[in-house]
Amino acid sequence: MPIIEVKNLSKHFGAIAAIRDVSFEVEEGTIFGFLGPNGAGKTTTINILCTLINPTSGSAAIAGYDCTEDSSIVRKSIGIVFQDTTLDRDLTAYENLMLHAYLYNLKKSEMKDRIHDALHFVGLYDRKDDTIKKFSGGMKRRLEVARSMIHRPRILFLDEPTLGLDPQTRANLWEYIVDLPKKHNVTIFMTTHYMDEAEVCDRIAIIDRGSIIAGGTPEELKKTVGGDVIHIKTSDNTRARDELEQHFSLEVSEENGELYFTSSRGDACIPEIIQTLGKTVHSVRLQRPTLNDVFLNMTGKKIRDEKMSSSDTLKEDVRAYRRRFGRS
Amino acid sequence: MVEVNAIYVLVARELIKFFRERARLVSTLARPVIWLFLVGGGMSRLVTPGEGVSYMQFIFPGILGMTILFSSIFSSISIIWDKEFGLMKEILVAPVSRLSIVIGKALSGTIVSSIQSTIILMLFPLLGIKMGALSILYVLAIAFLLSFTISSLGIIIATFYESFESFSAIMNFIVMPMFFLSGAMYPVNKLPEILKYISQINPLTYGIDALKHAMFQSSSMVDFSLITDLFVLSVLSMIFVTIASFIFERKK
Repeated sequence: MPIIEVKNLSKHFGAIAAIRDVSFEVEEGTIFGFLGPNGAGKTTTINILCTLINPTSGSAAIAGYDCTEDSSIVRKSIGIVFQDTTLDRDLTAYENLMLHAYLYNLKKSEMKDRIHDALHFVGLYDRKDDTIKKFSGGMKRRLEVARSMIHRPRILFLDEPTLGLDPQTRANLWEYIVDLPKKHNVTIFMTTHYMDEAEVCDRIAIIDRGSIIAGGTPEELKKTVGGDVIHIKTSDNTRARDELEQHFSLEVSEENGELYFTSSRGDACIPEIIQTLGKTVHSVRLQRPTLNDVFLNMTGKKIRDEKMSSSDTLKEDVRAYRRRFGRS
Repeated sequence: MVEVNAIYVLVARELIKFFRERARLVSTLARPVIWLFLVGGGMSRLVTPGEGVSYMQFIFPGILGMTILFSSIFSSISIIWDKEFGLMKEILVAPVSRLSIVIGKALSGTIVSSIQSTIILMLFPLLGIKMGALSILYVLAIAFLLSFTISSLGIIIATFYESFESFSAIMNFIVMPMFFLSGAMYPVNKLPEILKYISQINPLTYGIDALKHAMFQSSSMVDFSLITDLFVLSVLSMIFVTIASFIFERKK
């Protein structure tokens, strides 16, 4: 039985349909990637699965329990890292985790060990008595990942877990995340707009304008683009082009003094090409399709770098203000 | 369904933050002290409530009420900050009944506000008010009940607002009128007819009236019977908590 089952899910906010007729399944123990541009409906879907909002129609179930009807059972089995930080910045790291442990009604005897394990796991044990105010964006994210695992959820939701982090911190955080399914037998449901991060997913669904437009493993999706692209530089491009077109019946194009063509078995055809063209070949370059190409192919647009919305900027301002002038 | 652990941790969180932010403690205590000595001191030259009670003594229960009002409302509308800065989401996705969340938040405000009103209450010898240990306990018990009523009302107010810009609106249009129409500064029965009716739907009126019962022996200072006061406060508390958890339960 799939651990997440979403059937014909729709959610309207007034006249606007945030998601329309969305259906998908996630198998236990896998990493599932939910990709799409801003405003495609990713967060709305997560919010329904996390029991924060009710769908307009359709159903979402986690481990067989309906997210609307049995929300309290669902809540016990999920852990979430939201897009915006949800730590209390006036409390210490340890206190934040303690708050979580109490909210999830952990046994008193387990609390300390689990919190210590969690802090060690993300390498923040030394900072456990610092207030969150003093934490960097990356540290907050790591702490939130640690926190979301304290009650041993069966499913972990990660909504843009690396948004706004520098590349090194991102890589660092992913090291922790990809370890989770094996270590704690947890299923991961994540959204991201960094396509390279989606490579770790076992399965991916692409959502655009509220509807799912493609799904499959990263390899399957890449195949839909039409294979690898091979670039060749030769001393005589016109002759090489003729020979390639004759011998391999390929459609060859030229750009910036380079020949290029698409092949479904890119690596295997390179030796044949070199044999045919002989010493005239200067260089051969093989480009595998990326998920970015898949995305471009499906939606006709590149996934944008998410800019800070005006409300985020405002929040930043308020945080700065409160840091300076205290609370009242 | 009530989860004791969740309620405990919500209260503990508020207390940790309260004691960590000394500035908040000082600034919330400064307001009632300023009103008591500056407004009270000035007005006592003009107004004499009679029966050997000075104006400063007369407004002392009102000043306690003010301490409770500001501190309870402030504590409850911190929910708006929690919404804005995300912690509310962490609480809402936890397997905790919405009733427990509301009770936890209301008790947080109640305890913080009771601590503050206890500190203000200790000023009574300076004003020449005579109270025995028993009356002090009475006053504290009433302060606790009133704090809970106002805190749970504050939670309802907080659910209507999404951002902290609304803070001054809440202060100007809800908190200040509640204070002035509560019998804190002048007896309710001497108010113009219309204002008298408004003050009768103000929970703070009953709280301050009950505090007057506990502090003064003279019956001319009070507007309602103590039983009425306690009944109204208890019933309102239950209504407010029920409404608040209903609002929390309803999802968008």
